Amino acid sequence: MPKLTIDGKEIEVAPGTNLIEAARQLGIEIPHYCYHPGLSIAGQCRLCMVDIEKAPRPTIACNTQAADGMVVATQTERVKETQRSIMEFHLINHPLDCPVCDQAGECWLQIYYMKYGLYDPRMVDEKVHKPKAVPLGPHVMLDAERCILCSRCVRFCDEITGTGELGIFHRGDQSEIGLFPGRDLENKYSGNVVDICPVGALTDRDFRFQVRVWYLDTAKSICPGCARGCNIDVHVNRRRPHHAGGKRVARLKPRFNAEVNKWWLCDEGRYGYGFVDDASRVTTPVWRSEPVPWDTAIAEVTRALGRHAPDAVGVVASPKMPNEDLMAVRRLAEALGTRQVGFKVPPRTPGDQDDLLIRADKNPNTRAAELIGLDGDVAGILTAARSGRIKALWVFGHDLFDSAWLESDVTLALGALETLIFTGTNAGRTSALAHLVLPATAWVERDGTFTNWEGRVQRFRPAVEPLGEALPEWDIVGRVLGMLGHAASATRAEHWFVDLAANVEAFRGMTYQSIGETGRMTQ
Amino acid sequence: MTEKILTRNFDRADAHTLGAYRETGGYTGWEKARTMEPAGITEEVKKANLRGLGGAGFPTGMKWSFVPKNHTGPVYLVINADEGEPGTFKDRYLLERDPHALIDGMLIAARAVRCEKAFVYIRGEYVEPYRRFAAAVKEAYEAGLLGDGLDIVVHRGAGAYICGEETGLISSLEGKKGWPKVKPPFPAIKGAFGMPTIVNNVETIAHVPHIVNRGAAWFAPGIYEESVGITLRQLIDRAGGVSGNGRLKGVVPGGSSAPILRADEIDVTMDVDGLRNAGTMAGSAGVIVMDETVSIPEALMVVARFYAHESCGQCTPCRESTGWIYKMSERILSGHGRKEDLDTILDVAKRGAGTTICAFYDGAVGPYISYIEKFRDEFEALVTDGAGTRARATPAPVAR
Repeated sequence: MPKLTIDGKEIEVAPGTNLIEAARQLGIEIPHYCYHPGLSIAGQCRLCMVDIEKAPRPTIACNTQAADGMVVATQTERVKETQRSIMEFHLINHPLDCPVCDQAGECWLQIYYMKYGLYDPRMVDEKVHKPKAVPLGPHVMLDAERCILCSRCVRFCDEITGTGELGIFHRGDQSEIGLFPGRDLENKYSGNVVDICPVGALTDRDFRFQVRVWYLDTAKSICPGCARGCNIDVHVNRRRPHHAGGKRVARLKPRFNAEVNKWWLCDEGRYGYGFVDDASRVTTPVWRSEPVPWDTAIAEVTRALGRHAPDAVGVVASPKMPNEDLMAVRRLAEALGTRQVGFKVPPRTPGDQDDLLIRADKNPNTRAAELIGLDGDVAGILTAARSGRIKALWVFGHDLFDSAWLESDVTLALGALETLIFTGTNAGRTSALAHLVLPATAWVERDGTFTNWEGRVQRFRPAVEPLGEALPEWDIVGRVLGMLGHAASATRAEHWFVDLAANVEAFRGMTYQSIGETGRMTQ
Repeated sequence: MTEKILTRNFDRADAHTLGAYRETGGYTGWEKARTMEPAGITEEVKKANLRGLGGAGFPTGMKWSFVPKNHTGPVYLVINADEGEPGTFKDRYLLERDPHALIDGMLIAARAVRCEKAFVYIRGEYVEPYRRFAAAVKEAYEAGLLGDGLDIVVHRGAGAYICGEETGLISSLEGKKGWPKVKPPFPAIKGAFGMPTIVNNVETIAHVPHIVNRGAAWFAPGIYEESVGITLRQLIDRAGGVSGNGRLKGVVPGGSSAPILRADEIDVTMDVDGLRNAGTMAGSAGVIVMDETVSIPEALMVVARFYAHESCGQCTPCRESTGWIYKMSERILSGHGRKEDLDTILDVAKRGAGTTICAFYDGAVGPYISYIEKFRDEFEALVTDGAGTRARATPAPVAR
């Protein structure tokens, strides 16, 4: 393990660590544009200069591996002067259109100019002009004048997706990022180039001109789009509700987790949050097509479930429900004494999968539903409903019509029920047939945990208030349990997690604290 | 006059043929080298102190010795015939008039570095040199010199100056954009197609058969033709003196990247040290002579346009400031310059120097700084302070 000194501080790092990462471990920032820890070394921006003892001139830190006994200085006059020069070179042809640029507020040209630039501009000549507002694909827009040609996006498409849509064309200050002829930037991870673009050259067509970034709030979360459980930040606009057509969730951004998604997020997950602010959200409990107070709804649910023999009541949980809520459902089934519980509904079309992130299972919590013991025969439940053996059915989340099953079979099964209860975030064909509709919060409106396909338990935090009167499923189920005469002590999701950790072997001993920021594996 | 070595056959009309080359002792160097141990060949070239003649002057034998000893895969020898330095066309003559000398040298160098496949990267504009060299390669195959231990691939460039930079050349050879590569790793460790690669200039390799034939002691310390050791003034006289109006203004002694010398500075010897002491460099040794009718601000604009056009665009300092300096030089020339533009050019040039992946920008800095510092009065006579820099039309963009 090489031991080196950076700005007078000694540190031992793993062999092969470059000076940017070694300094980062000491809390020392070495400014850079082209370097990205997930991509190959380009060495093009020339900003990450440091002084190394005995070297005749400043050296780029990104392409220098830490060596034993190396003495590095990041704050010499020579380094500062070089950084100032490089910042000026980066900006002479930049349009300086920050007031109309979406990147403003999170732009590394702005940030580094204030920290390492602060020179007096000398450029009086006409700047180089290049194409602006060029759609590269369904999600990404290019402004070539803002581009600093760091080549991160090119390397991403070459090295991470292997799709190679992008290149740098022409030479000198005419160089520009572009698509190879006949190509579009439409790989399944295209949104990541916007994240790694350090400037306003690549912007998100979905986010462009919606809201300024300084109005956004953020919460740590987990993508619910598939069984991978990519770590994300949810960016919400609560401060300017009149912007972006009232949409509260502005965008999802990947959050680094070395064990799960590294720096990346797929487009399907990234742009899959539309349901949260969609007009189809259910926002109030509905009984017999009329809005009712929660107390009325809970009382009706309890009555409908309680008046039948145990196995005449069915429950279809959802693998989109968090661990806590699935535990609550298990307790409900136990309280009712029913064995008619399941959660797997076959999708109409099988999900796609790849070797990078995307999993075929488009549910975030299938693993937990299995571990908690909810893996019953949903098709059998529907058959039993159709033949009248099941009289009351509580469906969580699923639209049973949106499945591989025949529409006529679902219609006959649901139509035969005495009581159909639907709990979910959005209305659909199943909720339209339900006698009781109970609005659930979307995952960004609450906290909880998901267990990914590998068994990693990960926390997500609330980013925005519940819409209307929506409640988390654990709360709805808990209220019913209370009415059924069971001690209803859970007032927070975490209380259900305590129950889970105490009573389901795979989760034994876990707490929200011990899960931490990067998750913890089930046993 | 000393003995002609590389140019000895230049006067023969059939010098490019195998027959003519053999008549004058051709391939005897290779005949001798094939009986030598590879390490022995490298040792001889090291002792001769043969320096790279593409411009950088790196010791050739030392470069060969960098190939990892324990490497088991292919090793490539790449000949840099992408001669693009303005004012330089020495390799062109060698390729056209004595192509077998290069093949002879390549056979020897390939043996020294254990290479079985070599590439010759010829500048795209060099059509006749390509034809002559390709024909010589064909002759060499037919004569059994090639194809039995060494294959030569002749590759033509597409007209980019930067592909003469050895790692830019390798990128281009690999089928990629001709961008120089970040070092380390150096090509001798990991070069073309990820394999150890030795890149040598045409003229450098053409010397190798003579070194092997006559021994290192004969070559050292560098008897190259006749020019080394004579002064720049003598060289110009020998070439027929100053053309144009006959009165000398300045001399660029080693390709366009070498800093200019004023007329009163040319009593320097045309060797590495003499020119370095005079504040310039031998570079490619292509000499550009300017008579008094030449406008130095115009010369700067022309050279700045060249570097702005040829910058590969990879490193920010070079990409941005070559274009900026071209615009400023063009504006000064057209009468819209400001006095501070001169200092801005000098400052920008000095700030960018030494900050890039390859030596291209350092080469551009030579003329930027020396033209202004040595002929500042000519520039000051052109600047018209406050003459509406912003009102001026945009300079024509550099052609793509």
